[in-house]
Formats: sequence, structure tokens, C-alpha cells
Amino acid sequence: MQTLEAILAEHPFFEGLDPRYMPLITGCASNVRYKSGEYLFHEGEPAGQFYIIRQGKVALETHDARRGTIIIETIAAGEVLGWSWLFPPYRWHFSARTLQETRAVALDGTCLRAKGEADHDLGYELAMRVARIMMERLQATRLQLLDVYNTNWKAASI
Amino acid sequence: MSEMLNDPMFPALYRVLHVHREIPDTFTLELEPGDGSSIPAFACGQFNMLYVYGVGEIPISISGNPAQLSPLVHTTRAVGVVSRAMRELKPDGVLGVRGPFGSHWPVEQAHGKDVVIVAGGIGLAPLRSVMYHVMTHRERYGRIALLYGARTPADILYRRELEHWRAHLDLEVSITVDNATRAWRGNVGVVTKLIPHAPFDPQNSVAFVCGPEIMMRFTAAELQKRGVSPDHLYVSMERNMKCAVGLCGHCQFGPRFVCKDGPVFQYSKVRDWLLKKEI
Repeated sequence: MQTLEAILAEHPFFEGLDPRYMPLITGCASNVRYKSGEYLFHEGEPAGQFYIIRQGKVALETHDARRGTIIIETIAAGEVLGWSWLFPPYRWHFSARTLQETRAVALDGTCLRAKGEADHDLGYELAMRVARIMMERLQATRLQLLDVYNTNWKAASI
Repeated sequence: MSEMLNDPMFPALYRVLHVHREIPDTFTLELEPGDGSSIPAFACGQFNMLYVYGVGEIPISISGNPAQLSPLVHTTRAVGVVSRAMRELKPDGVLGVRGPFGSHWPVEQAHGKDVVIVAGGIGLAPLRSVMYHVMTHRERYGRIALLYGARTPADILYRRELEHWRAHLDLEVSITVDNATRAWRGNVGVVTKLIPHAPFDPQNSVAFVCGPEIMMRFTAAELQKRGVSPDHLYVSMERNMKCAVGLCGHCQFGPRFVCKDGPVFQYSKVRDWLLKKEI
């Protein structure tokens, strides 16, 4: 059976991280499992954790009185869910609901922040990794906002 | 008369067999030659000029199976005067057809390699022939991944066929939509998000990409980030094709004509031009 430390060390999020940090990080980690349709967290709640998705799929969603629930994006196995644990006010901006049975490793954000504060090299590594995810998601969001499949702008001659 | 028939500017008369509504605004035409002659052979990714008599002529990719020439199949979106008139055609209606024209997806270059097909929106139509080809000659290829992005679940083209392909164990089909409500249980996010997790060896892959130009640029960047060489990456361009034989210059794209040198281009040959907004 694979240890939690081995699972985390293999994940792309921790790729290239000094191995001496892995026991520290594992100390903040726990295995979690959710049934399909369960919420990992709700919009506005304290953001105490983030998740390394190992299996399954999670929808990040919000709601609107007129449009109902809107899915912002889905997070698949191999991806990371959540960065609100790193920045004040440490509250979730969206809700997360599983679309399938989902297995993940939950990392305690308060615990990691304390360890990053105590060791700034670790803090920098974690912040850079989260920043890279934010950059990738921002680029994807920009493409999503461009609404590239909308053809209403097309010339009327074709 | 025979000289006229060999003239690439002279349309052949085709009869409409069927007009199939795919999704809102998008339809598929099935055509056959009006004089009972055979349909010219075509390669994956080539296009025809379709002429609605008295209205106008537009280029449309052939979306049928190159191994099964009849009927001639075209899928397009009703966005302008000609394509709207085309959508209103009824069985036994007539159309002019010139072609096939242009370059093709180099499926032969992918022999022995993994194939990555990335389509956005109606960009799946010019790539459907590639899907038919690789499925017919499955033994010639390594892993095959089809990554498809649509605007919403209601905009997913060829839904039944996608489901059929998805059922094949030797084929990886991933679909995502840009916008969805709670009823959708699939992926939400842009098509580029599917690339990091798709099963292919970037060092031994050929990628075929078709969709809106911005989507192709982002997709090419993501494929290259994964390790796919721009020499093994092909895109299908869309420009204002008129004559389709490189004479009129309407579709000039830098030093090339999309109708004659394209529509399928090796990405490394057009990358710099794609980044120039004046082109």
C-alpha cells in the first residue's frame, strides 16, 4: 500500500520539491473520499484546506438567482483544487461538488502556512507552485471569456 | 462541354439528398451528382466550393468518410446569406459544387505514432474525416486521442458519433464545454485544459488542430508545452476563399494562399504569421 508521502511526492504539484520537505507536508495531509454529489466546501465558508485530486472529478460552481447553479470549471484527477487557503480572508469564493466518487489528499492550509512561515524556503516553494496554477487557470479563464465559439460576429456574406 | 467540366471554376450540379440539423444553426448536407457521375476522391481536410444558385458560393470542408465517397457530406453553420440559404434547401434541391481543393491532414505522417486530434466548435467537421480514416486503419497508429471543446452541452456537434467513438476502448475521447449548468456532468473548461492529461507520447505524436484561430494558437502553445514539436503539429486555416485555385488572392495569408497552399498547414510554417494581427 502506497504511503501518503509517496502519493504526494509523485504528484506534479510537488514535482522538483526538495525531498526533505515531504515529511513536513505529509504532516499536514490526510486522505479523503467523497461520494458523487457531495460538497467539499461551500462558497463563503472558511478555506482551511486544499485538495490534490487523485481520482474522480469535482465541479467548481456558483449560483445565480436567475440562472441557477453555474459550473465555472471542473477539476480532474491529477489537478489541484483551491488556493483560498493561502490568501486572506481565507474564505472560499466558489463551492466545490463532486461529479463522481472522488478520492483526494486534503492538505491543511493553516498547518502549511505555519510551516511556510517558519521556513521561508518552503513558503516560497509553496507560493510559487500555487502561483503557477493560478497563472494557468487565469489563461484558461481568459480563453473561456473570449467565447471563441460564438459566431455572432461573423461576416454576413458567408 | 468536356473542357467546361475540367475547368475548376465550373461547378458541377449536385442534388440534395438530405439536410440534417445537427445543433442550433449547424447542419449537414448529403449530396449526390445530378448527372449520376461518381463523386471525386478527396483527402482528409480538403474542401469544396458550394454554390447556391443566385445567392453565392462559399468554401466548406468535406466532413464525410474519404473511404466512402457517396454521398458527399458537408457540415456547416448558418451564419450568413449563403449558408442560411443552404440550410433552407430541401431534398432534390440543387447546388453547384467545385472541388475538392487544398492541402490535406497528413495522416500518412502519423503512421506508427500517437495521434492527437484537438477540435473546437465546428472545427470538428473538418477533422471528422481524420477520425474515419484512423478508425478504418487503426493498426497503423499508436494511441488516438480526440479532445473536443464546445461552447455549451447543447453545442456539441456529432454527439451520437462522439458517444460511439467513446465506446471504443482503443480510443480516448474527451469532451469539455466552456459553459454549463448543473445538469451537465462532464468537463467544464477550455479544450486546452484536456491536453496535460491526454494519453499520448509528445515525442512520438502528430497533432491535428482545428477551431477558431485563437483556440488553435492556445492549443498549439499547450501542445508544445507538453513537448509536441511544431513540425508535428498541423492546423486548418480559414480565410476568405473565393476562386479556390490561388488566382484571385482573396485568401492570401502572408506569402501563401489558404485555398491552394492550405487550408491545412504545418504549424511551424504559419506560426509567425498567426501572431501578426495585420495578416
